[in-house]
Amino acid sequence: MLEMPVVDLEKCTGCGTCVAACHCGAIIIVDGKATIIETKLCGWCTVCEAVCPEGALYCEYEIITEG
Amino acid sequence: MAAPVEFLQASPYFAGISAPEIESIADLFYQKTIGKGEIITFEGDSGEALYFVVSGAVKCFKVSSEGKEQILQIVLPGNSFNDVAVFDGGQTPTSTEAMSMISLYVISRQDMQRIIKDYPKLAPNVINVLSKKIRHLLALVEDLSFRQVISRISRILLEYADGTGPKPKLTQQEMAGLAGTAREVVGRSLKTLQVEGLIRMERNRLIIANKEGLAQMVDTVDRE
Repeated sequence: MLEMPVVDLEKCTGCGTCVAACHCGAIIIVDGKATIIETKLCGWCTVCEAVCPEGALYCEYEIITEG
Repeated sequence: MAAPVEFLQASPYFAGISAPEIESIADLFYQKTIGKGEIITFEGDSGEALYFVVSGAVKCFKVSSEGKEQILQIVLPGNSFNDVAVFDGGQTPTSTEAMSMISLYVISRQDMQRIIKDYPKLAPNVINVLSKKIRHLLALVEDLSFRQVISRISRILLEYADGTGPKPKLTQQEMAGLAGTAREVVGRSLKTLQVEGLIRMERNRLIIANKEGLAQMVDTVDRE
């Protein structure tokens, strides 16, 4: 399963700002909440996290050392 | 549920006390599970309890009147938070939020103070715990006073890289909170580190490609 940004449903108000900002169509509004669709087109640009006025979207990085 | 003896024995607070003694205090703790993003304490609350992280990660932070968040510490399993308010009887100095699903052992201020009174040999442990926290905060003051943002970001990446125990994944927003800067500045710093060849970003993986180079970047002093 492809890792995707995560929505905090309690914080999300369904305003749709992330839907408008997402470059790859990975977010839709379902029942008034942002819902992530798994897609390889998501390149982790983190725009959704940046524009969310509620801080309800998380694009987490796993930090690893090479080798 | 009472805290297991092994967990308490591994805690820096209870180092050096015997298993029967630990068993006698284990019942004073209760377990709490909290979901990701939930607030555990608010800054200014009365500090009624001491919390020990069993699993997951907790961020301790302050928010300015403009809404800017400064993360003071990320508390990992085995460590505690809200210590200052429990021992000085004052208000909780920071807000705390679960960064993932977390499990905690909680003990009330009164019970913790009674344990220290009943077992005076724990006093040096308390001093050690609080001294470590002061050291951590002094390092943060040094960072915020003397280092450029890119140096602070480099230090955070090295600190939160794998191979040094369980560490939480971080968002750019959280990196900004740790570095005392804006999210946009984190994005620019990460790009610079990429151009310099010190890190690589592969989707949700941030790979340290040149550990020594990144460590040198930490020592870059503020020339502003």
